[in-house]
Amino acid sequence: MNSFFARKFVIQGIFIAIAIVIIARLFYIQIIDKSYLLSANNNVLRKVVVYPARGVVYDRNGKVLVQNEPVYDLLVTPIEAKEIDTALLCQLIDIDSEGFQTRMHKARAHSPYRPSIFEKQLSASTYAQLQEHLYKFRGFYVQNRTVRSYPDSIAPQLLGYIQEVNDNDIERSEGFYRPGDYIGASGIERSYEELLRGQRGVKNQMVDALNRPKGSFMDGKYDTLAVAGDGLVSTIDLELQLLAEKLMKNKMGSVVAIEPATGEILTFVSAPSYDPNMMVGRQRGNNYMKLLHDETRPMFIRPIQASYPPGSVFKVVAALTAQQAGVINENTIFHCPGGYRYGGGRAIMRCTHVDGATSLVKSIQTSCNTYYGYTYARMIDSRGMPAPQAYDLWREALGKFGLGRTLGIDLPGEKPGLIPTSDFYTKRYGNDKWRSGFNISLSIGQGEMGITPLQMANIMAIVANRGFYYRPHLVKAIGEKGIVKDEFKEKISAGVDAKYYEPVIEGMSRAVNVPGGTGYRVRVPDVEMCGKTGTVQNPHGENHAVFFAFAPRENPKIAIAVFVENAGYGGTWAGPMVNMLVEKYLKDTISLPQYIQDRVFNANFLPTPKETKVEEVNKNTTNNNSTKQSNPSKKLVAEPRRDLYVHHSQLRKGHQ
Amino acid sequence: MKEKSFFGRIDWFTILLWFILCLIGWFNIYAAVYDPEQPNIFSMATNYGKQSIYIFTALIIGFSILIIDAKFFISASPIIYIVVILLLVLVLVVGRNVGGNQAWIPLGSFRLQPSEFGKLATCLLLASYLSSQTNKNPNSKTLLIGALIVLFPVALVMLQPDTGSALAFFALIFVFYREGYVGNTFLLLGGLAILLFVLALLVNQWIIIGILTLIAGFLIYSLRKKRKYILNVGILFVASCIYVLCVDYAYEHILQSHQRNRIDVILGKIHDPRGEGYNLNQSKIAIGSGQLLGKGFLQGTQTKYKFVPEQSTDFIFCTIGEEWGFVGSTILIAIYLTLLLRLVNIAERQRTAFARIYAYGVASILFFHFFINIGMTIGIVPVIGIPLPFISYGGSSLWSFTMLLFILLCLDSSRKGLNG
Repeated sequence: MNSFFARKFVIQGIFIAIAIVIIARLFYIQIIDKSYLLSANNNVLRKVVVYPARGVVYDRNGKVLVQNEPVYDLLVTPIEAKEIDTALLCQLIDIDSEGFQTRMHKARAHSPYRPSIFEKQLSASTYAQLQEHLYKFRGFYVQNRTVRSYPDSIAPQLLGYIQEVNDNDIERSEGFYRPGDYIGASGIERSYEELLRGQRGVKNQMVDALNRPKGSFMDGKYDTLAVAGDGLVSTIDLELQLLAEKLMKNKMGSVVAIEPATGEILTFVSAPSYDPNMMVGRQRGNNYMKLLHDETRPMFIRPIQASYPPGSVFKVVAALTAQQAGVINENTIFHCPGGYRYGGGRAIMRCTHVDGATSLVKSIQTSCNTYYGYTYARMIDSRGMPAPQAYDLWREALGKFGLGRTLGIDLPGEKPGLIPTSDFYTKRYGNDKWRSGFNISLSIGQGEMGITPLQMANIMAIVANRGFYYRPHLVKAIGEKGIVKDEFKEKISAGVDAKYYEPVIEGMSRAVNVPGGTGYRVRVPDVEMCGKTGTVQNPHGENHAVFFAFAPRENPKIAIAVFVENAGYGGTWAGPMVNMLVEKYLKDTISLPQYIQDRVFNANFLPTPKETKVEEVNKNTTNNNSTKQSNPSKKLVAEPRRDLYVHHSQLRKGHQ
Repeated sequence: MKEKSFFGRIDWFTILLWFILCLIGWFNIYAAVYDPEQPNIFSMATNYGKQSIYIFTALIIGFSILIIDAKFFISASPIIYIVVILLLVLVLVVGRNVGGNQAWIPLGSFRLQPSEFGKLATCLLLASYLSSQTNKNPNSKTLLIGALIVLFPVALVMLQPDTGSALAFFALIFVFYREGYVGNTFLLLGGLAILLFVLALLVNQWIIIGILTLIAGFLIYSLRKKRKYILNVGILFVASCIYVLCVDYAYEHILQSHQRNRIDVILGKIHDPRGEGYNLNQSKIAIGSGQLLGKGFLQGTQTKYKFVPEQSTDFIFCTIGEEWGFVGSTILIAIYLTLLLRLVNIAERQRTAFARIYAYGVASILFFHFFINIGMTIGIVPVIGIPLPFISYGGSSLWSFTMLLFILLCLDSSRKGLNG
């Protein structure tokens, strides 16, 4: 029976051979091929992003303008969410059962094993209620994030808002942003995005095959911490801003106040305004559409995007540029018979007064149109060169005052306003033989001229500084070190020598401080304020009320421009506002009689809303936030420009 | 005196190897399904706690077998075979369907897997039948009946359908080989068949036939003086060509798609780490990431975090590979190989044909499980769900292999009392 004994060795040989094959194979995959080790790490390691807190924004005195508030995202891992009390959950987070199903379906479509966001940004109070019952909802859990919060509900247009990044943002950032991240979409949130957003941290987390977290990798040795965004100190004075917003309630227009010595913007109001907290939280989509369709355009940043014919403020610039050009001096006197005749005497630009012999100081004080008609004629017609060429020189001088160009404020969306080129008139009149009479309304800041309220306030800052300005800005210090951007420390000359400013300032001072002056009623006790009222012709309705000023005359602390659309006389409406703001800022008190204050606070210059439009808003609710965003704002800019093209015949009476 | 000699006759070395393997299994099951809330290795809520019970009962079963008279197994083998066959029929009727296979008979909280015991019964009856043949020379009639003894349970297991367990019976070819029922030629042909099978799937069939033609031509040329060999080569050549064509046909038309996929993955024909290849890929990642010394006890992330499927049963080797590395794996393989070689030596020292045949049966089946199970985790054989004896989690498996082994040790301990 043992004849086949030798076969034992064959069988043992096969056993040994197979064992060797297995060991060889193990040697290969465990020792030689390193790719398995890498795959193993990829398997278990998940890089979890730790979101940094966004930088806080303070006012110039350290009071909080924008802060972070915790909100709670409700997440669900569909595979784990079984046998839950749907009705209770719906009730707690205020959704209907249909909404529950669609959310679940969406989450399941994303991944049954990975958590997806079920409901975003639950408020702290909703979360408090939900938390008590959360243990009943298997597979649901809460992740906290922060959103922006605005304690005083002010200045939405300058603070801006943040929103979830879209595909373009992600692409542009070359991978910095990921879906679900927030990005500053407007205001200083956008212009200082790179500082405010901070730096994300990464936590290396181990997960199992179903992606459930299993603790940190190597005790967090390779983790990086999130770095909170830099805090910003704004130039805004919270108290002044609050007062200005209260004054501008139920009105359309702008208030811009600048500290002349630094270019820091003390107050920046765009009215009508809205509560910036509307752009946060679960109702954001609805609110956004509501604001977008609001006839009064609350999202339009009027101080930098609306441009108006400036009216009388322009006479200040005209007087200064004319002196520098040498066409007039402080002793130049023109005779005012109640209007300026031009075009061979066939046309007249009227004055409200018959001033008689008018000096430069008096021309500013009484806002004499005739004086500036003559001045403009000398500027354009009598400089030994063709009118278009002289016009361009003049236009260049205006540019140095920041007119017709952007000032470079640290806000996105600044518009340059409009000072037409000589080509514009050459084209309009068919040849270059035109003269000052063809566009004489420019001489008094009317006609085809558009200036933003920021530019108006900046003109006041230039005058207050006697010839220069700092780029107006909204952020004065960045981060813990309080870094100031270099571009805001640069002194920019307006191209007119300091000596030419005195007669203009004297005129402005008299307008306010001499009895009978247009601003006498709104003078500030014990402060020599220099200012001018203006009433800008508006062919579409009531005139726009304007008042601009700086104070005190020596060592000025504040330069301000107030522009109220459709309000009527500047002295009546804009003047009291300037009075209150300046006195509040300089003396922290308001001495204007109470009845005037009440009249201003309670005035309502908003157009009466049309009922049909409101219904339309309700129909279009949340969708296409991002796509529609840019289009309406273009439309908004275009509209006020209609005011620019005021024909001469519409310039009936003159201006105060 | 008599008692002492009883213990003295037992092959303690094999029992030691068995016990070491059981402990390795237990600790690695602990590591594979480690639950931090149940850190006690005896905790009954976990697989490792249950396995400790299984090992303990296996120990009792093993030593109970040792004190049974060896003659019992010889005489009872037909009855055991019939009982197991009945169980295999029963499981098709009342069995619980787990993972597509109707392989389990529920017994209270415990589940019995009759196919595990089928191997034991088949080995016993095969040994009984072959050793009962007085005819000294192996003949084909005996081979046929022997083959039927094996194929009958195979057919029943295939009905479950549990291909993996059924394939294990084919390991008994070593028994027939050792006893002379199949020759070296058959073994060589078997090897050739496997080689051609793999090649046929990897390479275009016509290329293989072309290569075969060249080899045949060369052989015929060099053997031109010996006609008898030329005829053999010719027959072999034609048979090979037909075989290659058949394999291709069978592969495309007879195999079920999931079986085809598993073979494709192993051959590298499809690269699909998330689908069919997921198990294999994760298994290789786990083992490969173990490197030389492994990640250490309870430190294996791939197995602990459930990337590897069936980690306490069929893929238990992943935990060993990941946590103990190349060194630990090689030690385990060395222990196994020692056991297998030891079993062959035990077989050869038997005086009775029954014990020898049975011993070879045990060695063959353990070898098959060892090769296929570890081979599949490292990607050298297709994924076939069979356990790694003594190591994989599971009562049926542990007990049936323990019985298989201890019956042999019982036979061995009384080898001097049995007559051929």
